[in-house]
Amino acid sequence: MTAPSGGSMPTYLGMPSFPAAARTAVADSQLRANLTHATHAIRAKRAGAVAELSDWEELRQAAKAIKDHTLAHLDTYLLRLEANVTRAGGHVHWAAGADEANAIVAGLVRGAGADGIVKVKSMATQETGLNEALAADGITALETDLAELIVQLGHDRPSHILVPAIHRNRAEIREIFRTRMPDAPAGLTDDPQALAAAARAHLRQAFLSAEVGVSGANFAIAETGSLVVVESEGNGRMCVTLPRTLISVVGIEKVLPSWRDLEVFLALLPRSSTAERMNPYTSTWTGITPGDGPENFHLVLLDNGRTSALADRTGRQALRCIRCSACLNVCPVYERVGGHAYGSPYPGPIGAILTPQLRGMTDPLDQSLPYASSLCGACYDVCPVKIDIPTVLVHLRGKIVLVVG
Amino acid sequence: MRIGLFVTCLTDTLFPDTGKAVVTVLERLGHQVDFPAGQSCCGQMHFNTGYRREAVPMARGFTAAFGGFEAVVTPSASCASMVREYFPALAAEAADPGLARAVAEVAPRTHELSVFLADVLGVTDVGGYFPHRVTYHPSCHSLRMLRVGDAPLRLLRAVRGLDLADLPDAEACCGFGGTFAVKNADVSAAICADKVAAVRMSGAEVLCAADNSCLMHIGGALDRQRSGVAVMHLAEILARTEDGR
Repeated sequence: MTAPSGGSMPTYLGMPSFPAAARTAVADSQLRANLTHATHAIRAKRAGAVAELSDWEELRQAAKAIKDHTLAHLDTYLLRLEANVTRAGGHVHWAAGADEANAIVAGLVRGAGADGIVKVKSMATQETGLNEALAADGITALETDLAELIVQLGHDRPSHILVPAIHRNRAEIREIFRTRMPDAPAGLTDDPQALAAAARAHLRQAFLSAEVGVSGANFAIAETGSLVVVESEGNGRMCVTLPRTLISVVGIEKVLPSWRDLEVFLALLPRSSTAERMNPYTSTWTGITPGDGPENFHLVLLDNGRTSALADRTGRQALRCIRCSACLNVCPVYERVGGHAYGSPYPGPIGAILTPQLRGMTDPLDQSLPYASSLCGACYDVCPVKIDIPTVLVHLRGKIVLVVG
Repeated sequence: MRIGLFVTCLTDTLFPDTGKAVVTVLERLGHQVDFPAGQSCCGQMHFNTGYRREAVPMARGFTAAFGGFEAVVTPSASCASMVREYFPALAAEAADPGLARAVAEVAPRTHELSVFLADVLGVTDVGGYFPHRVTYHPSCHSLRMLRVGDAPLRLLRAVRGLDLADLPDAEACCGFGGTFAVKNADVSAAICADKVAAVRMSGAEVLCAADNSCLMHIGGALDRQRSGVAVMHLAEILARTEDGR
């Protein structure tokens, strides 16, 4: 790996700083109504799902300990992951930054003789701006997660980690489908089931004909070289099993030492994110299996500023994040502003500490993010991996003051 | 007990009656209260805005003013949590062993008023009388940093004549957040608008809290709406008696 350096998120260049973007968002009463409705509903459901477990605090503590141990020995576990993915017939690529990761994926898609991909919902590829990079290379990327599809069809940006189209209500979604989805059925209503059925029909042919699937991963298990994708809709399962070639772009902090460790996270993640005891689909795969699933598997391990964050003793705890979104759903700032003002695929409290660390704090937007919080502490209380977000926010403010004065 | 009153800069300059009320309550319970004139701000505003080095002299000033008291009592959960939670880290960062020793001595003896009364002294009935409908806003720092629990509510329930009204979505932030209210004024005001709506829905005549910073923020909005709802620090309610004082 190269020396620690700032990463990039090319899609978000030139956005205004948080206070300016937030001012516009706060004035949008439709947006605020959508967000209040959605965040309050998921907030209450999560609290109920968490209250069912008597050992929640012990689980949080265990998850924190596992992640801290893994991050402290990241070199060991990444090399172990690489060896075991390779042994299982996969290929491992190392990408220092977003451009490098995108170029690797584009090369692999071309190498497979394809000009299009189907995608599993993935934060890492939102971060690298993969879709836009592939488009510039003449490759079409189709988002197959329902909310990501809504965002893509609407020429929009995701505004929530788990629910990328949280800023849209169903009337707006119907309008996007009616105007942007060529095969939308006549007389489409804004009934959620009808909207989901329209998307399902739209995606089906793409699943069956795709040559290449691209995913991220929630977890990568070093001891066997296995990847894990946790999802609700089953589109991910389609993407990682049907195409001949599968490419997974995964942040280096996603590695876990063993399957025993995964158990803790599979208890924490669904309850924290969707307020479910268990998510509907958990896909795991290890390299390739002849006659079953993809014939070619490529793992692209992405740094993009992560080793730089790892060098900060206080800030590195942001790398424990498992992208559950619980902190977004309880945040008083996120509730009023939504995700777009954060200028990153990582909005809300976790975005305010993760984005500046990944990109570096040279841009006015990134310098404004750690100040996008009243330090109310609700995020820390719900975080399943115990990231002390208020402390990191204040720590980063201290670093920014030293730069800006 | 000989108690040092840490009045806090915000209460000193904007809500001096709260400081007087703390003295009234503590003296009523038979304690001697001193007000060290050398005291200043705890430095939280500097620290939380990123000016960590600038906060170090404030921590030194605090330990100089309050060393030697059996207890230091403050009518702010926010400032108490700064002293208790962040002064040790600040002393370590400044690589100042003298300051670290002074902080280790004074920080554990520094208490937010409701915790001091209900948990340290073990008193919930401080002899107050306040025949009004009151609702209580648990400030974020009292709730999630200092973890005062229900100490303020136990004190309010023991006030004669007081009718305690539930505050909808009570644990939500009011949107103040120190310099957040300046740097992100629009978001801060939007958060506050929902808190004000909740206060009005509670039907209370008086909004109470253990932090004047929140009361300044929410009270400003309540005033501009001519809501008729007054804001009062917990100490001022506890200090009231049948004599009208």
